[in-house]
Amino acid sequence: MAWLDTVLQGVLLGGLYALFATGLSLIFGVMRLVNLAHGDFSILAAFLAVVAVGTWSINPLLALVVVAPLMAALGYALQWLVLDRLLGRGMLPAVLVTFGFSVIIQNGLLELFSADSRRLNPGGIETASLALGGGLAVGWFSLLTFAVAVLLLAALHLLIGRSAIGRAFRATSDDDATAALMGIDTRRLHGLAMALSLAIVAVAGVFLGIRTTFTFSSGPDRLLFAFEAVIIGGLGSLWGTLVGGVILGVAQTVGAKLSPGWGVLTGHLVFLAVLLLRPSGLFAPSRRVDS
Amino acid sequence: MTLLAVRELSASYGDFQALFGVSLEVAEGELVAVIGANGAGKSTLLRALAGALPAARGRVEFAGRSLEGRAAAGRVALGLVLVPEGRRIFPSLSVEENLRVGAYRGRPGPWTLARVQALFPILRERAREPGTNLSGGEQQMLAIGRGLMANPRLLLVDEISLGLAPLVVKHLYEALATIRAESTTLIVVEQDVSQVLALAQRVYCLRKGAVSLEGVPARLGRAQLAAAYFGT
Repeated sequence: MAWLDTVLQGVLLGGLYALFATGLSLIFGVMRLVNLAHGDFSILAAFLAVVAVGTWSINPLLALVVVAPLMAALGYALQWLVLDRLLGRGMLPAVLVTFGFSVIIQNGLLELFSADSRRLNPGGIETASLALGGGLAVGWFSLLTFAVAVLLLAALHLLIGRSAIGRAFRATSDDDATAALMGIDTRRLHGLAMALSLAIVAVAGVFLGIRTTFTFSSGPDRLLFAFEAVIIGGLGSLWGTLVGGVILGVAQTVGAKLSPGWGVLTGHLVFLAVLLLRPSGLFAPSRRVDS
Repeated sequence: MTLLAVRELSASYGDFQALFGVSLEVAEGELVAVIGANGAGKSTLLRALAGALPAARGRVEFAGRSLEGRAAAGRVALGLVLVPEGRRIFPSLSVEENLRVGAYRGRPGPWTLARVQALFPILRERAREPGTNLSGGEQQMLAIGRGLMANPRLLLVDEISLGLAPLVVKHLYEALATIRAESTTLIVVEQDVSQVLALAQRVYCLRKGAVSLEGVPARLGRAQLAAAYFGT
């Protein structure tokens, strides 16, 4: 029963990883941009939530109402002012610039908030749990995280698969020059994709900050897990990203159960195994049409 | 009424200048052919008109408005739409989705999904398949249909018959006649001269990036055309 519990915790943790991964794979899909500051943006969002909670004494989950749009606006502005100039010149310029963002964010957070570790307090839900019988119990907050992850992924899936803006995302991803000839303002669309990406990662960051403590330098680990979830699941598949997150989450909790120091290592090993055996990921679509 | 007025247009790909002071006019409702040998600058002209390539010099007025500083996407909103060379179908979109993308920033007008599918029934039959599953000729129909979905005032069609079987080309030209009957103005670029001259009201021949001949097809002799085309 203890093992079943471990696996269940891992599955629920996977939802959070999928949230981190989704924003990353969205912008890579739309504009082939690798955002090395993705994890740092999530931590920035968590710190913004700290400020919002401190200022208005509100629940951190409620703070998302402010933090997510703020991060979206930041994403749109950064894309419009900086990142869009780097597209079409290969991967490297964007990698370097987003690496620069990462350094700037970390040092800015260190300057403003010191190196102390923080935690967001949602007022009790983080410790409450639901007994499933047979000695099994899951935390309400873990359940909520997973539910939010699935809902957001489903919404994004619908947006990309069914809406005009989703078609425009996919057309731009295929061939941005031709998309422009169809009347799609690709610069604006790239801005929207980045805004969406950072809004999602803001949700992920705040949930992370409730789940565990974080410091100014917690971002890069998040980025690594996000990459692993995307690659395990397969690029371009939203549900694959969820499964990738779940596999990574289960690997980490099972590893940690075997020996407390093994959690992250086991995750990496599973990731490497997938990379070795199925480099395109478990659910990579060959050519996605009716997503 | 003049829909498109191009004066002394020059355009380059980097250091390579491909258009040298091209001037032309297209009246509303006309079908104008632009012919010329490979490398004469026909596709460059259309790309510059559509905003896919910046014009180095010259003026382009569309419906009385200067297009200067207006990017490709903004020109679509005005009703200037290019069906690009090589069809450029979006591979991750289905046939129907490819059509719908065409209407992303289009104007209201006679062309709807149903009308386009009636013009090219194959696009209805295979609506759910990936766009790139279609044959070359069907992809050309899809590319034209996608352009029509924006309800263009002026549709620019690049190399419509390139690499297609004669029967397919004939079918495509019948469709062009239908499109013109909807009072859509067209500029059709062709290397294969015979088909387009049967349909066009006026023709411009390009050679080495400049207009070498302009006229009404019926009044032009073969020798005159050949001289303008090949430069003998």
